Amino acid sequence: MTEYLIKNGFVFDPVLGIRGDATDIAIKDGKIVETDAVKNPKVIDATGKTVMAGGVDIHAHVAGPKVNIGRNFRPEDKLFNARPGRGIERMQGGFSVPTTIRTGYNYARMGYTTVMEAAMPPLYARHTHEEIRDTPIIDQGAFPVFGNNWFVLEYLKNHELENAAAYIAWLLRATKGYAVKVVNPGGTEAWGWGLNCENIHDPVPYFDITPAQIVKGLIEANEYLGLPHSMHIHANNLGNPGNYTTTLDTFKLSEGIRPRGRFGRQQVMHHTHVQFHSYGGDSWRNFESRADAIMDYVNAHDNITIDMGAVTLDETTTMTADGPFEHHLTELNHLKWANADVELETGSGVVPYIYSPSIKVCAIQWCMGLELALLAKDPMRVFMSTDHPNAGPFIRYPRIMKWLMSQEAREQQIETFKHKDKVIDATHIAGIDRELDLYEIAQMTRAGPAKALGLSEMYGGLAPGLTADVVVFAFNPNEPYAPDDIEKAFGDVEHLFKTGVHIINNHEIVSNGNKRTLWVNARVHENPQVMRDVREKFLRYYTVTLNNYEVRGHHYVPNPYVIEVDATQ
Amino acid sequence: MAIRVNLITGRSIEQGVSMEAGKGKPAYTAACGIIELDPADFKKLGAFRNTNVRVTSEYGSVIVKAVEATQGPHPGVAYIPMGPWANMLVDPDTYSTGMPTFKGTPVEVEIAKDEPILNSLELVRKGCRGELA
Amino acid sequence: MTKTVTDVICPFCGTLCDDLEVVISNDGKNLLEVYNACAIGAEKFLQSQAKDRLIRPRMRQEDGSWKEITYDEAIEYTARMLASAKKPLMYGWSSTNCEAQSIGSEIGEYVGAVMDNTATVCHGTSLIAVQDIGIPSCTLGEVKNRADRIVFWGCNPAHAHPRHMSRYSIFPRGFFTGKGHTGRKMIVVDPRVTDTARIADIHLQVEQGRDYELLDAIRVAFKGEQLPDVVAGIPKEKIYEVAETLKSGRFAIIFFGMGVTQSLGKNHNIDAAIAVTRDLNEYTKAAIMPMRGHYNVTGSGQVWGWQFGFPFAVDLSRGFARYNPGETTANDLLRRGEVDAVFIIASDPGAHFPFSSVKKIYDLPSVAIDPHETPTTEVCKVHVPVAFVGIEAGGCAYRMDNVPIETRKVVEAPEGMMTDEEFLRSVLARIKEIRGFKR
Repeated sequence: MTEYLIKNGFVFDPVLGIRGDATDIAIKDGKIVETDAVKNPKVIDATGKTVMAGGVDIHAHVAGPKVNIGRNFRPEDKLFNARPGRGIERMQGGFSVPTTIRTGYNYARMGYTTVMEAAMPPLYARHTHEEIRDTPIIDQGAFPVFGNNWFVLEYLKNHELENAAAYIAWLLRATKGYAVKVVNPGGTEAWGWGLNCENIHDPVPYFDITPAQIVKGLIEANEYLGLPHSMHIHANNLGNPGNYTTTLDTFKLSEGIRPRGRFGRQQVMHHTHVQFHSYGGDSWRNFESRADAIMDYVNAHDNITIDMGAVTLDETTTMTADGPFEHHLTELNHLKWANADVELETGSGVVPYIYSPSIKVCAIQWCMGLELALLAKDPMRVFMSTDHPNAGPFIRYPRIMKWLMSQEAREQQIETFKHKDKVIDATHIAGIDRELDLYEIAQMTRAGPAKALGLSEMYGGLAPGLTADVVVFAFNPNEPYAPDDIEKAFGDVEHLFKTGVHIINNHEIVSNGNKRTLWVNARVHENPQVMRDVREKFLRYYTVTLNNYEVRGHHYVPNPYVIEVDATQ
Repeated sequence: MAIRVNLITGRSIEQGVSMEAGKGKPAYTAACGIIELDPADFKKLGAFRNTNVRVTSEYGSVIVKAVEATQGPHPGVAYIPMGPWANMLVDPDTYSTGMPTFKGTPVEVEIAKDEPILNSLELVRKGCRGELA
Repeated sequence: MTKTVTDVICPFCGTLCDDLEVVISNDGKNLLEVYNACAIGAEKFLQSQAKDRLIRPRMRQEDGSWKEITYDEAIEYTARMLASAKKPLMYGWSSTNCEAQSIGSEIGEYVGAVMDNTATVCHGTSLIAVQDIGIPSCTLGEVKNRADRIVFWGCNPAHAHPRHMSRYSIFPRGFFTGKGHTGRKMIVVDPRVTDTARIADIHLQVEQGRDYELLDAIRVAFKGEQLPDVVAGIPKEKIYEVAETLKSGRFAIIFFGMGVTQSLGKNHNIDAAIAVTRDLNEYTKAAIMPMRGHYNVTGSGQVWGWQFGFPFAVDLSRGFARYNPGETTANDLLRRGEVDAVFIIASDPGAHFPFSSVKKIYDLPSVAIDPHETPTTEVCKVHVPVAFVGIEAGGCAYRMDNVPIETRKVVEAPEGMMTDEEFLRSVLARIKEIRGFKR
C-alpha cells in the first residue's frame, strides 16, 4: 500500500504528548509508522498547518430506525441544502438529519474518522447496519440498548449477574453491537404503558426493579465481561428543571467500582450529553445551570467520563430512546411527534426542536454545554458532542471549538441573547475566561474518546502502530487568527487519511474509502439457563423467530472489525 | 333498470390467491372481473345474480359480472376488487397527493348480459389500442 | 428425499410472517409444500413451481407478438432506454429486496430518474400525513403483548393480511395479554360488513368517504363535548361508546388501510386518525400503524429515506433529490406526460393504476421486471422475468412496523434465471459504459 509522509505540520497529539511542535508523520500499509520506516513516500507538505489524528465521536444518532423516521418525516430538513453528486461523490441532502452519504462526507470534511451510533434497538439492528454500511469513509460501531430490556430487568431483579452478562454477550453478537448502552433505565419500559421512571428509585411497573438497580447491575455486568467500553448511560429525568440531582445520584452508582479488562479504559461509567442533565431550579421560570455541581463531581471522580451534548442554537430534530421525554417535548412545543416502542427491548421518540437565542431557556442550555467543558479539570474525560442531532447537528463541532477556544466568540454569541441579563444570572459562563487550546481540543475529540471506548490501540493519536487516520487542517495556530477562522478551517480539512487511504486531497473528496464496522464478540461460559430463557421468550413474546433475529450476512456488515473479548477467566 | 351506486375497490382473498397464479388466468378474471352488489341494488337493477353488466363512470366503462355482495349488507355501495376492471372507472385525479381516488366513484350499472368479460391482459391491451367497445 | 426449511419469511404482504416451513426436494431444486402460510402466501410459493412459468426475457414485436430474447439483450434495451431518456420513471420496487432497491437508487441517481414505489397508490397519503403530524407507533410485538383495544379502520385484514389477527393483533396470548382475544375489544370501521367486521365487538358502518368527520367526532367525544345526533351515518351514542371503550383500555392500537388512504380526504383522513391517537395518549397508551401492502414497500421507503431523505416520489432528475407529491408522483407524471421512459419492477401498475396512466406506459418506451405475466408486462416493450425474492433469492425486507427481516433463499431458481440484483447490476454497468462513466 502507498506510503505517505505528512511533513512539518504543527502536531497536536495527546498520545505522543506533542503540543504543537512541527513533526513529521509517516503512513504505511494503513498504519502510522516511524518516519524512517517509509522508503519512497508521497509527501504532503503540512508546513504552517495543524495536524491531528482523526476525530472520534463517541455518541451521535446517525444510523437506524429513529434516525430514518427523522429523515422521512421531515422533508423540510432537505430544503435548500441539497448537493448534487459529482465525481466520486454521490448526491447529498439534509441539514439536521443528513442522508447517510452526507453523514460520511460531512464527518470527513471535519476530520472525523470514527463515529459511534449512540443507540441501536436490537430488533432493528439490521436497519442500523444497513445505514452504517451506506455511510462512506468513517469507521463505525453501534451501541445496542439494554436499560429497558426484559431479559436484563428480570436477571438484575434476581441479582443474576452471570446470566445478565451471558445475555449481554449473546445480544452483542446477535446484533453486531459494540457496547452496553442504557437510556432512561426502566422509564422506557414504563412508557410501554404511557408511564415513566423519574428518579433512580422509581420502580418499573410490573418488573418492580429500580433504575438504580438496573444501572448498578449493568455496570457490574459490563466489568464482569471486561468489555472495551464502559456502560454508556443517558440517565432518568432528562430535560427537566432540577434534574441535576438525578444525575448526581446516577453518577454515584459508579462509586467504588474499578474497570476491568485489557482495553486500557479507566472509567466504569460514561454519561452522555450531560448538558441535558445539568438543570437547576424547579421550573422554566427559575431554570438555571448546575454545570458547576456536575463538574465538581466529575472532576473529583476519575472513574467517570462524560460528553457535553452542547446546544448549537439551530433548528434541529430531537430523537432518543427516551420515549416519554419526547412525548413531553411535543406537549411543550406542539411540533410533530413520532414514537416507536419496541417489543421487549426499548422505545424511541422523534420531535423537531428550535433552539432560539431569543428564548431564555435555550440560551441557558447553550451556556451549560460549554460550561461543562470549560470547567473540566481533565480534558481526557470530557468529550465534545452535541448528541447529534438532539442539541444540534454534528456539523457544528468546529463552531463549538470556536466557542471553547475564544471568550470573544462566546461573548459575541451572548450579546445576541434577547434575555442576556437573565441568562447571565442563571449561568456561570460569563465569569469564565478560560480558552481551550488545540491540545485540549485534541484530548476532547480524539485521544479521550478513543481511550474511553477502549480503542486506544487503534484511534485517537499518531503513535506508530495506530490506524493511519490523519488530518491536516489549513490552520496556523502560531499566526494571529480570528475566532471564525477556527470554525472555517476545522470545518473543511485540507487533507484526510483514513486507514492510510487518501480520502480528502486539497479539500476535495477523492475516495469513498473502505469503512469498517466495529463490533464486540465476548466469549462467556456456556449458559443453558440464558439460552433457554431466550428460546422461550422468542417463542412466546417476540414476533420474529429466534432463528431470524441475528444479523447475519455479508450485505449487512461487509467489512467487519471484530474485537474479541475473553470473559471466561 | 340502470342504477347509480357508489363504487369502492379493495383486496379480497380470491384476488390475492388468483393473482399469484397469474393475472392472465381465468381465476383472476373470476375474482376481479366482478361487481358485488347489495341485494337491494340488485332488485332495482332487475338482474339475475351473475349477469354481465356494464359499469360506467365519468372516467371510463367496463364489463364485469354482477354478483351478490359477500361482505354486506351495504345498499348503495358497490365493490369491485382492485384490478384493471376497477381501474377503468376510478378518478385518476390525485388532488396533488399522488393518490388517484380509488374509493368513492359514482357509477352507473346497467345490464349487458351479452357483452363479454375480457381477461385482464386483453382488457389493457385492447384498451391501449382503442379497441374497446 | 425431501428436507424442510424452517423460519421461512413469506414474501407477500406487510405482515411478513417469518414462521413458514417449506418442504423442498433434496437437490434443492423443487418446492413441494408450504406450511403455516395463509392462502395467498402459500399460492405464491407453490406457483413459483408452475410449469408454464416464463424463464427468459421477451420483447414485443411490431405485429404484437412476443419474441424471446436473451438477458443480455434485455439488459442492453433497458440500459439504452434509461441512458437516453431525459426523465425516466423508475417505479415499483415493493416486491424485491433492499439490496436490489439500493442498486436501483444508484441507477436512478446516474440517469436522473424519478423514483417512485407502490406507496404512491397505497400509503403515500399516510406518509404525507406523518410529515405533517408525526406518528405515535410501536412494533407488532407491543400489540401482541400489551394491546387490549384494537381498531381496524378502513382495512380488512381477514382478506388482505390474513394472519395478522392470529399472529399479532387479536388472538395471541402475549406477556400481559394472557387471555388472548377474550381480554381484547375489537372495533372495525368500514362501510361494508366485512369478514373482519363480523368478528368485531363493535362495527361502525361509516358512510363511505366520511371517515374524516367520524374521526373528528371521536376527538370531540374524548373531551365529552357535544356531538350532532348522527355523524357520517353513525349515531352519536355509538361514537361516545367507542370513545369510552378506547379510553378505558390499557393500550389502544389503530390499524388503518386503503379505506382512509384512498378515499377523498386522503392524507387529511390519516392526519385525523393520527390526531385521534395523539389525543388518546392523554388518557391511556395509544399507537397507530398503517397496514402496509407489499412485503417490502416499507423497505423501499427506508432505503430511499437514508439515501435520499424521502420515502417515495423522489425526483433525481436535477442531480439532487426533490420530493413533491402531486408533482413527482408516478400517476401525476404519467398523466401530464412528463416522463419519457418507464422502468417497472416488483409491482403491477398495469393492474393497479387508473387506466389512463396505463395507456401512457403503453405509449412510451417501457420495461417490466416481473416473474409473472401481468397487465403491466402486457403494455411494456420488454418483459424480464426474474427469480422470486424470498423463495429463490434472499435479501432484507421491512415489515409494516419497520422491523427488518432477512428473507431466505429456499429453492434454486430455474436454470439461467437472473435475480433482480444481478439484472440491475448489469444494467448499471452497461449504462456507465454507454455514458462513458459521466453522470
